[in-house]
Amino acid sequence: MPQAFQNPPPYGPRLKIVFLNSLSAVREFRSSHQWFMPVLLTLALMVTMVCSLLIGAYPMSFWRAGDITLSLTLPWAWPEEATWPLMELAVIQMIRLPRVLLATVAGMALGLSGAALQGLMRNPLVGPDLVGVSSGAALGGVFAIMFYWTGAAVVAMAFLGGLLALGGTFGLAKLARSADGIGLILSGIFVGAFCVSGVCLGLFLADDHQMSQIVHWIMGYLNEASPETVWLLTGPTIFGGSVLMLLRWRLNLLSLGDVDAFSMGIRVRSLRLVIIAMVSLIVAAQVSVSGVIGWVGLVVPHCARTLVGPDHRRLLPASAVLGGLFVLLIDDFSRVVLRSDVATGTLTALIGTPFICFLFWRKRNKGWIHD
Amino acid sequence: MSEGDFSFIGLGHAYSPEKWIFRNYQSQVTRGQVLALLGPNGSGKTTLLKILLGALTQTEGSVSVSGQIAFVPQLFQVAFDYSALDMVLMGLAKKVGLFSQPAAADEEAALKALERVGLAHMAYRPFHEMSGGQRQLVIFARALVAEADILILDEPTSALDLKNQNAVLKWIDRLARQENLTVIFSTHHPHHAYAVADQALLMLGESDYAAGPVSEVLSETNLWRLYGLPLKRVSFEYEQKAVETLVPVFRPRADEPGI
Repeated sequence: MPQAFQNPPPYGPRLKIVFLNSLSAVREFRSSHQWFMPVLLTLALMVTMVCSLLIGAYPMSFWRAGDITLSLTLPWAWPEEATWPLMELAVIQMIRLPRVLLATVAGMALGLSGAALQGLMRNPLVGPDLVGVSSGAALGGVFAIMFYWTGAAVVAMAFLGGLLALGGTFGLAKLARSADGIGLILSGIFVGAFCVSGVCLGLFLADDHQMSQIVHWIMGYLNEASPETVWLLTGPTIFGGSVLMLLRWRLNLLSLGDVDAFSMGIRVRSLRLVIIAMVSLIVAAQVSVSGVIGWVGLVVPHCARTLVGPDHRRLLPASAVLGGLFVLLIDDFSRVVLRSDVATGTLTALIGTPFICFLFWRKRNKGWIHD
Repeated sequence: MSEGDFSFIGLGHAYSPEKWIFRNYQSQVTRGQVLALLGPNGSGKTTLLKILLGALTQTEGSVSVSGQIAFVPQLFQVAFDYSALDMVLMGLAKKVGLFSQPAAADEEAALKALERVGLAHMAYRPFHEMSGGQRQLVIFARALVAEADILILDEPTSALDLKNQNAVLKWIDRLARQENLTVIFSTHHPHHAYAVADQALLMLGESDYAAGPVSEVLSETNLWRLYGLPLKRVSFEYEQKAVETLVPVFRPRADEPGI
């Protein structure tokens, strides 16, 4: 046998071994320090939130903004005689704070609901916008706008729309007997397309004011942040998110398949219904206040999975925090660097789609299963 | 009927009206016994297993089960990269409250179950990176931790090489004889049934079946009817022990009679 065939190539396999070793080291670290990454992410989010309050378009010195933010964050640090102008206080308290909170909670809602949906559908390729729930919520909301309803009524209609759309996606996939993998995504695309056509019909029938509202919904804007919108989003997100967080280990079981989950004593149908309802509620609240912000619910759980592993007990909190961080950073970029009203949904899609293309390329030989 | 006993009478299932997959099937297993289910592709083995499991409601007949059932599906891909320990932990679903998460003691129990199947050193290894035989053992560990009385396995040896087939059969035998579990498994290999099962159910046709002790049911005549292929019972001595097994006589040449 020629010499070249007897010896392994000098670098390839060794490099591979080093790479695999480093992977197993990551794995071991991950399992022995289970809460390291979620805690780190939470700290990063909190720091980013505070820093986001310091920056913006309004001309204000960084230190002044820091002073006001510190006093707002730590009430006991509030000086007896505040020296800053009322305008600067108002900019931080009434404009920046609601916007930062809105971006963070919207991102958390999307990260959380995306991770829950991926577990429920046993498919790392789905997100709220891909399975029709975002479009359904938008259609429900447009319906409410057409009747000049506001506030909680819009959220309720968006919830109904999202629930019906997600139910429709599952129902269609089941009717077509392909409730796994690509079948679910296809039915999601069909249901989503139907809902989008409904939204466009609404656009056609709307007056000028309604039309601008509907366009905001389709594009995904965060610039209408106010204490009211923050509350409108936070209430349903805390409620739905808490239920999902309590059920997060059950998502592991559901992700194995219906028969397997049933054999382990899971009431598959009712559990699935509860999770669908909670995901719809969270997405409806998010869409109601900030429109359809696409790709976050798909991309963020992917990244979170590489950081904390696939176990939903850690994935759900990590995905929520990472989602908040991601949308907040994008919004900061839009506010501070671009200084224009580019829709947040457009920016997330601009970042999200190449990222998902990269993942698609990376998994070329292994399939999506080997995350 | 004591825990671990299992029987079904007059069992039948049709996915659409009057299109019976099987009908009037009857069998009985007692605790610690192994029942093998044999039938050609499409004869309804998986359907029957799903009915026994309770995941599918039969069209007619009744199933009596006493005790907890654990299910080992056909070798499957998991959508996410769970570790072996995560997979075993899921066996505790019935013990962990709906809104609770498994405690440290549960993780310890899962680790112990992995230790029993000899895979404790692989606890944090991703499930999909394990070999077929190891994956099957992880699922056995999941059944052990669930403290099931009855274990239902869907073609546990179908995707495995000979060495791993033997390992899985050994575990089936061990679970039945040492752990006193009732085991029901479907297979395409009559010699596997012959090696470990006490009873066999041959799904010959819509309401045509043969059930009973392996030595009676796995006769050359019945197997010819089942597979359209001669299977010979062969006896010989190996390591001072009398061995009896079934050997299929494949006749692949174009000029041979048969299918």
